[in-house]
Amino acid sequence: MSIAIKIENLSKIYHLGQIGTGTFYNDLKRFSAKLRGKEDPFLKIGESNDRSTKGGNVVYSLKDINLEINQGDAVGIIGKNGAGKSTLLKLISQITAPTTGAIKIKGRVASLLEVGTGFHPELTGRENIYLNGAILGMRKSEISRKMDEIVDFSGVERYIDTPVKRYSSGMYVRLAFAVAAHLESEILIIDEVLAVGDAEFQKKCLGKMGDISKGEGRTVLFVSHNLDSISKLCQNGILLEHGKLLEANEMSKILNSYMKIESFSYLKSFDYLDVGPQIVSVSLNSNLLIESKFQLKIKFKSPYLVPQLVPGFVVYNQLNAPIFGSNTRFHKTVINYSSLLEGEMIAEIEELNLHSGNYSISVWLGDQLVDFDEKVEVIQFEYKSKNNYQQLPNPLEIGSVDQVVNWY
Amino acid sequence: MDKSKEIEHWDLVIKAESSLFSLRLNEVWAYRDLLFLMVKRDVVSFYKQTILGPLWFLIQPLITTFTFVFIFGNLAQISTDGLPQVLFYLTGIVAWSYFSECLIKTSSVFKDNASIFGKVYFPRLIMPLSLVFSNLVRFGIQFFLLVLVLIYFSWFRGFHFELSWNIFLLPLFILLMAFLALGFGMIISAITTKYRDFAFLITFGVQLFMYATPIIYPLSAAPEKYKQLILLNPMSTIIEGFRFILLGKGSLSLHSILYVCIFTFITFFLGLLIFNKVERKFMDTV
Repeated sequence: MSIAIKIENLSKIYHLGQIGTGTFYNDLKRFSAKLRGKEDPFLKIGESNDRSTKGGNVVYSLKDINLEINQGDAVGIIGKNGAGKSTLLKLISQITAPTTGAIKIKGRVASLLEVGTGFHPELTGRENIYLNGAILGMRKSEISRKMDEIVDFSGVERYIDTPVKRYSSGMYVRLAFAVAAHLESEILIIDEVLAVGDAEFQKKCLGKMGDISKGEGRTVLFVSHNLDSISKLCQNGILLEHGKLLEANEMSKILNSYMKIESFSYLKSFDYLDVGPQIVSVSLNSNLLIESKFQLKIKFKSPYLVPQLVPGFVVYNQLNAPIFGSNTRFHKTVINYSSLLEGEMIAEIEELNLHSGNYSISVWLGDQLVDFDEKVEVIQFEYKSKNNYQQLPNPLEIGSVDQVVNWY
Repeated sequence: MDKSKEIEHWDLVIKAESSLFSLRLNEVWAYRDLLFLMVKRDVVSFYKQTILGPLWFLIQPLITTFTFVFIFGNLAQISTDGLPQVLFYLTGIVAWSYFSECLIKTSSVFKDNASIFGKVYFPRLIMPLSLVFSNLVRFGIQFFLLVLVLIYFSWFRGFHFELSWNIFLLPLFILLMAFLALGFGMIISAITTKYRDFAFLITFGVQLFMYATPIIYPLSAAPEKYKQLILLNPMSTIIEGFRFILLGKGSLSLHSILYVCIFTFITFFLGLLIFNKVERKFMDTV
């Protein structure tokens, strides 16, 4: 199989805080260093992009990336915020140039870092299809040839000669994605664009993208925080952390590694105000979550002793509908915190019967009569179910609970 | 494992440093449809939802002309080389406003298009080029107005208008203005991505620059010792040329045309190099 993209020693440095070196004088110093063939005095080697550590005003957004992507592969790029995913896509799509290294590409690249780039509100849908198509690198004749297909896919036929400022935001996105989906390029780069549009259209887009990579044999690079859609679309994955390439492997293995580096990051702390019993931190053990075990820890503090403290929580799905919840009152469990001014409560579920998807948790603290504290949607987590179904219907349609059902 | 032995062919190699002279002008040609659509977008969106539409292009030069006639012609009594005041000022204003409009718009091209440039790659040169072309449409409409006024003056006011072979110099002057504005604009746009101060300087600077150009006065009325200085400004020859071709009066010499051609070529080429250098990384600093 031939290589479509080859990345060699790629690094990208960003300067923090000020633009440039800050002063014209420093810029001149750097320029003179360059003229004399010396190293840039403002570039320190060895720092990596870790937001939690301070110091230095240069940061490696990407550092020494070496990578080969085969033709026809659909590759998902995952990593935490700030791992360098978007930077990598920006470099490949030539929006900004790398600091060191090179990217070699075979074939035409079309990048979709945003839908509807260059759309002008005053122009009609049809005019915008031409404009947007041309911005993405299509020839005018090519667009004319595909016009019917594009209009058909977007489903906004009736409004195609109306200025797009009259469109609903949904129609706008549909039209924009339709243009991009009909690009004829060997390499397609997509960044998180599916976060918009309704569920039905998202499904249509995912289907189209599946066709592109599987049916048409084009190379697709895809960044998304939605692990569910990324694992469906991509056979291979790349895991980035702090600008470094951690692993390039099959998607399932990448997802496992990702879950490991993500562990214990589901934690939220709050300042203690000393006015009443209060939740000071909430955490979800994501390590255990991989084994379908759910463990929620609620830490509390109180300026006085409370005879019967009652904690509770509710889990919501991505439509913000409550799925299940619990508190010690209705479960008639009494935990004796009466002699403590601070402590930790743990709620545990042995087997979490949920479908893969995005969920959020709200936490509550009270006693038998009064509400003390409430933290709404403190934790957002993505759940990847152990049960892999052949073709899982959208959880938004079938519901979030993964109930074992026997069929006869 | 024989991959390395294959002769590798890459369609695109993105490297950290590019050669100063790799201008990739063939890419601009490949995107010529985009250029056309951008021009169309600029022109069409300008007068959508306005009542007067393209008429707005005419109101600005007319009002400016009448202001000039009143202040510089009647109050200050500055010579107009014996030409009717309206014709004298209008010719200068129409030509100058094309140059200044192109210059101001191209000099903020990175800032104005940062949102598009940050999301998709296409040859960045398309944007300043589209500005020059869409302003050409505007210039065309204003030039048409100038022709109408010229006809009016020669029919009803007895102004002697003579069409000569010189008229073929006009496209050359328009071309020179476009490339000059493009060259200066690209240099300034490159600087403004890093140092925003220059953005303030440009609107103000263009205004001042207008007084260094014979628009409200003819070159012939300038004191002898300043004439050479004024002629260093390439726009002086262009404006004088416009008046010479259309109105029959103005100072135009072959060597000053040659000077403007060389000046424009150097400025444009320099602008192209700097623009090309900056466009690769401007997203990090803008």
